[in-house]
Amino acid sequence: MKICFFHLMPYRFLPDDFEERYRSVWVDVPHGLHDAEKTHGLYHEYLDELEYAEQVGFDGLCVNEHHNNAYGLMPSPNLMAAALTRRTSRAALVVLGNSLAAYNPPLRVAEEFAMIDVLSRGRLVAGFPVGTSMDMNFAYGINPATLRDRYYEAHDLIIQAWTRPEVFAFNGTYTQVRYVNIWPQPLQKPHPPVWIPGGGSVETWEWTAKLDYVYCYLSYYGYKRGKLTMDGFWQAIARLGADDNPYRAGFLQLVCVADTDAEAERLYFPHVHYFYQKCLNVWEGFAEAPGYRTVQSLQAGLRPQIGAQAKKIRQSLTWPRYLEQGYVIAGSPATVRQQLTECIETLRVGHLMVLLQIGSMPKDLALHNTGLFAREVMPHVRDLWSGYKDRWWPAGVTNGDPGAGRPLAPGTPLALGTSPPPGHAS
Amino acid sequence: MTPEDRIVSIREGAVAFRVLSAGRGAPLVYFHSFHERGGWSPFLERLARRHTVHAPLHPGVAGSTGVETLDDVFDLTLAYDELLEALGLTAAHFCGHFFGGMVAAELAAVFPRRAGRLVLVSPLGLWRDEAPSEDILILPPEDLLSVLWSDPGSEAARRWAELPENDAQNVAAQIESIARRAAMAKFIWPIPDRGLTKRLHRIRAPALVLWGDADRVNPVVYAEEWQRCIKGAAVKMLRGGHMLIHEAPEAAARAVEEFLA
Repeated sequence: MKICFFHLMPYRFLPDDFEERYRSVWVDVPHGLHDAEKTHGLYHEYLDELEYAEQVGFDGLCVNEHHNNAYGLMPSPNLMAAALTRRTSRAALVVLGNSLAAYNPPLRVAEEFAMIDVLSRGRLVAGFPVGTSMDMNFAYGINPATLRDRYYEAHDLIIQAWTRPEVFAFNGTYTQVRYVNIWPQPLQKPHPPVWIPGGGSVETWEWTAKLDYVYCYLSYYGYKRGKLTMDGFWQAIARLGADDNPYRAGFLQLVCVADTDAEAERLYFPHVHYFYQKCLNVWEGFAEAPGYRTVQSLQAGLRPQIGAQAKKIRQSLTWPRYLEQGYVIAGSPATVRQQLTECIETLRVGHLMVLLQIGSMPKDLALHNTGLFAREVMPHVRDLWSGYKDRWWPAGVTNGDPGAGRPLAPGTPLALGTSPPPGHAS
Repeated sequence: MTPEDRIVSIREGAVAFRVLSAGRGAPLVYFHSFHERGGWSPFLERLARRHTVHAPLHPGVAGSTGVETLDDVFDLTLAYDELLEALGLTAAHFCGHFFGGMVAAELAAVFPRRAGRLVLVSPLGLWRDEAPSEDILILPPEDLLSVLWSDPGSEAARRWAELPENDAQNVAAQIESIARRAAMAKFIWPIPDRGLTKRLHRIRAPALVLWGDADRVNPVVYAEEWQRCIKGAAVKMLRGGHMLIHEAPEAAARAVEEFLA
């Protein structure tokens, strides 16, 4: 079992009445709400949290890409991954990912990922999302009708740029390059493992399965609702006659650990609520540009995660509802262990990603949650799927897995992150 | 009257247009926009009294196929030229609403000899930073109603807003709406400016620009812009909103007929 620490890097200081006054946290959220001095502090706080996750034994550290977004301050996750290469040395750097169609030419992704792979000595997981409609169609102006075609073509170009021994010409519909020849080449051979974050589109399941990549469902709505999507993926795998190795799959789950169930509510509810009420407040009109999803996927009946309907559901959420729906797995270590095992087993995921810094959660609490998770939960799920081989894991990683960097034994004092750089306000 | 309903293919079937046709008289081709369900309407019914009206559905909409093979607006314009050829029309009057107005103007600019007279109803295709047209491709249904129609309570508006109560039909209607908008979005995303201003001087056809005085989608400043770009174009304002031709089909058809006469 591989367990990765996922960070969204949310802006923690949205006004209390944000969701009443502003229609969307994404795309047209006014940047007058943003204070760069505060974000300076946040970036270092969040990097500290990621570095701490390596220290306490997480297998991987995940960063991702969003644009025009107040809950994701990482338009370039590559910059964060590059920063992490300097102060981590054992964990996988899982960049989930670079939305390929947004890069012109997409060779930029091949180059930057190769740089991170070389810098980190082979610890990169290369995430290739199509990208959300908000990011791609609205924030970056990419035509929904051709987004997927662009994506597939960019993918082909990148893989060729990483694997073909010769300088070659690429004559694509969207990209034409006479001399493809990237320096440096990635350190991992034939190339870093590829993970595909998807939102539940039928085409993505089949494409991912065909190319033998990892499929990751990055949902904010938990394992109970995620089952439909993961089942769809596993059905696509079965249709193609591939094996059902759980490491083909990744899933993101929000988790809050405390000493007791009651303590979990007291500590985490305001931050979880901030996340669902403010961070997921996306205007319905931005939920999905016409043409973003194919008719085939629309007919499969999978609705967008966000929008007016979702807003109504969200607004009625109380702590017991968050738990009951499985949006958040929260409570004492025993409660979390039990539910997380259920999550891992029912979805059949070998790469679990956990979101432990949630919404407005400050650093001390995020570290508390992370430390408790590592000490009290991680060791108990670690051995799930031990009969399977993870063929999608970076060659240079030594954290977590047997042989190196096992999680700290219970009771080991937890070192809090390395000291922040001078001038860092937290 | 029930229009003739047929499929006309070009490019060895790569693009197939569903074309609704009815009426008698000089040929008139009508190009629809985002929010017209089905290809026929009382407005066209009235025009068909004195013209042979052909109303093709854009590729990707309601039975017309092949939008995925069309690269851009130029390719779409060529496809329409090929459709006219297939229909045996050397020339015809063109009329288009919003997106359809843009298509009609492109066609009249790229193939000036094809256009007899040109009627543009609140056309899309020009862009002014200080007066963007409303983003009606993505507006949620409840906001759309009051933006499209000058009187959201009118019978035409209410009929337009109705969705089937039956679940399966309701879902099918939503998917149809998304697919219809997606088919046109391809040619104008993210900003409906494909350099048409540089081509409008090529138009030879006499042109009428028709606008609803309560159009909340396409600011009236664009009417002046169109008039400036197409030499000799007339502008006529009628009472109504963006859906003018559906709110006031009789008045709109009369204005068109007077211009074509």
